[in-house]
Amino acid sequence: MSAIPALAVDNLSVEFRTRSGIVKVLEHVSFSVGKGETIALVGESGSGKSVTAFAVMGILDAAGKVTSGTAMFGGSDLLKQSERDLAELRGRELSMIFQNPRTALNPIRRVGQQIADVLVRHGGATRADAPKLAIEMLKKVRIPDPERRAEAYPFEMSGGMCQRIMIAIALACRPALLIADEPTTGLDVTTQAVIMDLIGELGRDSGMATIFITHDLALAAEYCDRIVVMHAGHIVESAPSQTLFADPRHPYTAKLLAATPGETASLAELVSIPGNLPDLRREDLPACRYSGRCERLVGRCAEPLPHQTIGDRHGIACWNPL
Amino acid sequence: MTGLLEISQLAKRFEVGGKRLLYAVDEVTFTIGKGETVGLVGESGCGKSTLVRLINRLLDPTSGSIRLGDTDLAAIRASGFAGNTNRRRVQMVFQDAGDSLNPRFTAFHAIADPLRRLKSLSGVALTARVEALADMTGLPRTLLTRFPHQLSGGQKARVGIARAIAVEPELLILDEPTAALDVSVQVVILQLLQTLKRELGMSYLFVSHDLNVVRLLCDRVLVMYLGKIVEAGPASEVFADAKHPYTRALISAIPQADPDKRVGRLRLGGEPRSPIDPDPKVCRFYGRCPTGEPRCAEQMPALRDVGPDRQVACHFA
Ligand SMILES: Nc1ncnc2c1ncn2[C@@H]1O[C@H](COP(=O)(O)OP(=O)(O)OP(=O)(O)O)[C@@H](O)[C@H]1O
Ligand SMILES: Nc1ncnc2c1ncn2[C@@H]1O[C@H](COP(=O)(O)OP(=O)(O)OP(=O)(O)O)[C@@H](O)[C@H]1O
Ligand code: SF4
Ligand SMILES: [Mg+2]
Ligand SMILES: [Mg+2]
Repeated sequence: MSAIPALAVDNLSVEFRTRSGIVKVLEHVSFSVGKGETIALVGESGSGKSVTAFAVMGILDAAGKVTSGTAMFGGSDLLKQSERDLAELRGRELSMIFQNPRTALNPIRRVGQQIADVLVRHGGATRADAPKLAIEMLKKVRIPDPERRAEAYPFEMSGGMCQRIMIAIALACRPALLIADEPTTGLDVTTQAVIMDLIGELGRDSGMATIFITHDLALAAEYCDRIVVMHAGHIVESAPSQTLFADPRHPYTAKLLAATPGETASLAELVSIPGNLPDLRREDLPACRYSGRCERLVGRCAEPLPHQTIGDRHGIACWNPL
Repeated sequence: MTGLLEISQLAKRFEVGGKRLLYAVDEVTFTIGKGETVGLVGESGCGKSTLVRLINRLLDPTSGSIRLGDTDLAAIRASGFAGNTNRRRVQMVFQDAGDSLNPRFTAFHAIADPLRRLKSLSGVALTARVEALADMTGLPRTLLTRFPHQLSGGQKARVGIARAIAVEPELLILDEPTAALDVSVQVVILQLLQTLKRELGMSYLFVSHDLNVVRLLCDRVLVMYLGKIVEAGPASEVFADAKHPYTRALISAIPQADPDKRVGRLRLGGEPRSPIDPDPKVCRFYGRCPTGEPRCAEQMPALRDVGPDRQVACHFA
């Protein structure tokens, strides 16, 4: 990992306008990813992981608005780029794998052609070379018999195969920054390992930085350098993966770990996180958005959250950490 | 245990241009007992969803039989199955609860729909049954008026489950039901499934890539590789002592947070074999298998018994 971050997000806040009011979906989100580094973004459903990705990519829904912050990438602020410049960057420098792979593929175009299209459009490949390079990519994502399967349409592929086609498309142009939104949910663990290794390889060889969004904490710990934990639009804890597992300090992180089936002997041992995410439309959202569910609540929790760091890389936003 | 579902020599081959055939499910045989939870795991693309769609009669098999109790479901055409009296005996929960719910149906409507169609319920009786199902699956009744886009992932998953168990199926098939859920909601759904099974005595066929979940939820596990079942047995035994080299590789690839547990990992090299017109004599795993020998390329290993209730398809197990 190098000292210059590939992407530095600072103080990002995002709101959505809805019929029932303004939803403060992200508030003061700050994190960075170094060149060649992989960070994981984890947290419950609805915690703002995808919205963070969309904001950085400049593809927020029309109802969404960035209300503060910067996202520095290669010397310029992505949040201030024109739509045209961003469109130019996406596909070449910035690449995203979306949460819903089957719907993101063109249903009436052969999968090999879809990869070839990207290689020609963004990767500088010629029309003549592209099909061969596309087969090469299919091979890298472990599609058996890639020469023949390149001819298949998405409906002829399994769920996990479509997911791998999306990964092949996202990686085809060797982006500087990859945002992968739950890219391996439909993959068995051996294929998943191959994909994670492939992403790691691109990190080492071409310095690709990766933001890896996942619900699988063990996967994050094994393949990512750092884990950033989000809850209700706040980053509550961030630490090197091993540290986070061995020594979680935010009460929410500890609860997430307790809900993860690992070596557990029975289902009864797993504990879901009590309570729900707060309603983000509320005017009077508490300073700590976890306080309504927290067992370690103290009087100070109503004050603006502290951002303390232990050592130089373990950050916690909590008044009464473990 | 008495057999509820008996699958025998079931095959599905897709035509993929020219005279070429893709062997998605290749003469698979297994049974599911009454009240039993069977996990189905295997490599992405090995045929799990195809197998499930055959059993659920969304696809017509190329050959083989699917016996549910004393009915051969394979004899009923997929196109005519929706109106068949056996329809309600097998229900399905799909991977993406969001995608499989009709966006114009409220939660109430979604759960009521199979009750109207398959049980002819209406009026007060229908409302009472829908509310009872909501209670059973832990879906607050106040959410019944909501549309899918107004529900969270976990809530949609509950609607999907409530809808599937509404007609009291004997077999509930779940294809990666928790893949899109966060760990906290996953716990709730898994514990719910366990409770429902206890209370209703249904059998489950549970497809998942999460081996820890399969270990915790399932009585027995089937491991598939390129269209074939390569190992079957009680979940606890298979996870503790896998016999097939593919199963071993699979278990060894489970992500581990603790670096000490990653030592001695088995990583598969080689190229996966093609599912298109595969050589019937060659073991499907040959070429990637760490223990493969020339014999594996001359004789396809059959699924054979290797102990009480355990089966493996490998010459060397
Ligand atoms: N277009 C929108 N209008 C209003 N609210 C929105 C919109 N898009 C997202 N949100 C809200 O923003 C919050 C964060 O959503 P986001 O999709 O980022 O969650 P996530 O962490 O990616 O969850 P998951 O794990 O389920 O994918 C949620 O409360 C969601 O309802
Ligand atoms: N309609 C079809 N036409 C041709 N081939 C198909 C069709 N449907 C599935 N296949 C092929 O059948 C094989 C098995 O696919 P299936 O969807 O059953 O896999 P799976 O085990 O469910 O995989 P995953 O874990 O990725 O969901 C794959 O090689 C797939 O490409
Ligand atoms: S039969 Fe041979 S190739 Fe097949 S799994 Fe066993 S050892 Fe490996
Ligand atoms: Mg998301
Ligand atoms: Mg599938």
